[in-house]
Amino acid sequence: MADEVLKGWRGWFAESGEQLSFFKVFFRNLFRSGFEWSEFVRQCYEIGYKSFTLVGTTAFIMGLVLALQLRPTLIGFGAESMLPKSLAVSIVKEIGPVITAIICAGKIASGIGAELGSMKVTEQIDAMEVSGANPVQYLVVTRILATTAMVPLLTLLGDVLGLLGGFVAINVNGNVSLFLYFNKCISSLGFSDLLPAFIKTIFFGFVIGFIGCYKGYNSNKGTESVGLAANSAVVAASLWIFVIDAIVVQVSNIIIY
Amino acid sequence: MRHTESEKTVKKNVRSAGRGEEVIYVRGLKKSFGKKDVLKNINFEVNKGENVVVLGKSGSGKSVIIQCLVGMISPDEGELRVFGEEVSALTEKQLKKLRIRIGFLFQSGALYDSMTVRENMQFPLIRILKMNDQNEIDKRVEEVLKSVGLLDSIDKMPSDLSGGMRKRAGLARTLVVNPELMLYDEPTTGLDPITSREISNLVLEIQKKYKTTSIIITHDMECAAITADRVLVLNDGEFIAEGSFEEVKSSKDEFVSSFFK
Repeated sequence: MADEVLKGWRGWFAESGEQLSFFKVFFRNLFRSGFEWSEFVRQCYEIGYKSFTLVGTTAFIMGLVLALQLRPTLIGFGAESMLPKSLAVSIVKEIGPVITAIICAGKIASGIGAELGSMKVTEQIDAMEVSGANPVQYLVVTRILATTAMVPLLTLLGDVLGLLGGFVAINVNGNVSLFLYFNKCISSLGFSDLLPAFIKTIFFGFVIGFIGCYKGYNSNKGTESVGLAANSAVVAASLWIFVIDAIVVQVSNIIIY
Repeated sequence: MRHTESEKTVKKNVRSAGRGEEVIYVRGLKKSFGKKDVLKNINFEVNKGENVVVLGKSGSGKSVIIQCLVGMISPDEGELRVFGEEVSALTEKQLKKLRIRIGFLFQSGALYDSMTVRENMQFPLIRILKMNDQNEIDKRVEEVLKSVGLLDSIDKMPSDLSGGMRKRAGLARTLVVNPELMLYDEPTTGLDPITSREISNLVLEIQKKYKTTSIIITHDMECAAITADRVLVLNDGEFIAEGSFEEVKSSKDEFVSSFFK
């Protein structure tokens, strides 16, 4: 029993060390000449554009449901007019970034983990390395930068569509113009709300790409390891998203207030 | 008894080597994975223009030898020189330069499955040889694909190719950068006898056309018979026999002769 616990902790420390050395490899290759622009653009398209529908639909429904559930409570307090503000603050500051990141962890981190894992199994990464090409620069750097750039954009889209969902929900029972609704939403948000929310999406994007690449690139050579890489990428990336969220909120609270 | 005869053969052939320009020189190569000693004492050399076939059972460590040669695996002990350079002493940059001179054909072909055959060929030309003239790239890609008989499939995806075509495409991708040394990891595994024969003949044609030096890892005796100038037989982490195909075939060693039954 004690041996197993010890073995588990040893494995955890070993994995942390490996992740740190992968992080160093990424940074070393980030600043090397010959950046793969075409692959970066392709990855932005694959990661960003192809996730628009999923993120947009989820965010819209989320805003709609949130408004429908908040409304009776606010009516109870006689504060129905606070609904746009409540929606704006909760969606832009927390729900939008976190839900978008979790969706991206499920779709993108698992996709990258499975893709690189299968490339490892079929010796494609070895072939790239043995030929004298740089697989880290081509496969890892481009994917991590693409997720770092695309997740904030997807979050922005998610925020807008989430608020739109809230507008639809409000108009099911009442009558508010789109202009008035968005005016109330925007006026209730300050720079101190937007900046930490934006900064954390950059970290979310990075961690989604990094974990996906790490798990795929370091998977074992067996078909089972492809599934394992995809699965563990989602689990680890989701966990990191909540850890980063907690850290950013704490740090921004200390700095701003 | 078996070892005495094998050692004699190896010594005879070590003496006979060195006639040409030495491309590979290996002495005392050892490699273990965990508690398993895969390579115990590997000694051999390959001269320029030679086709050397390494025979051995599955899992005997044949592929580990060529993986050590390109620095994919670090040996535990031993001297390992390729083109006169000690592989384990090379920096990352020097190793990259050395790898450009070596073509490695993987068992599966290892084609990049998100790219077409054309893009697979262009990949090393753009990234390794830093070619940027599109006409020159196209010309080179078409010439190499023609030499392996795959020009018709230039715009196909790897998933649309048969096993034999994948091997040809993989071979073309390694040849496109004009390597001086070719390492084939079981080039005929998983293919039907007719396609296997075609690939074996192709290996031979390529050696003549591109004047390459080759190491062919296989347990396909027909492939060995077609391609080998010299055969090395690996057993229990050591080469136990060496000679021409006919010499090895006539060996009285029980293990070696079992390959020809």
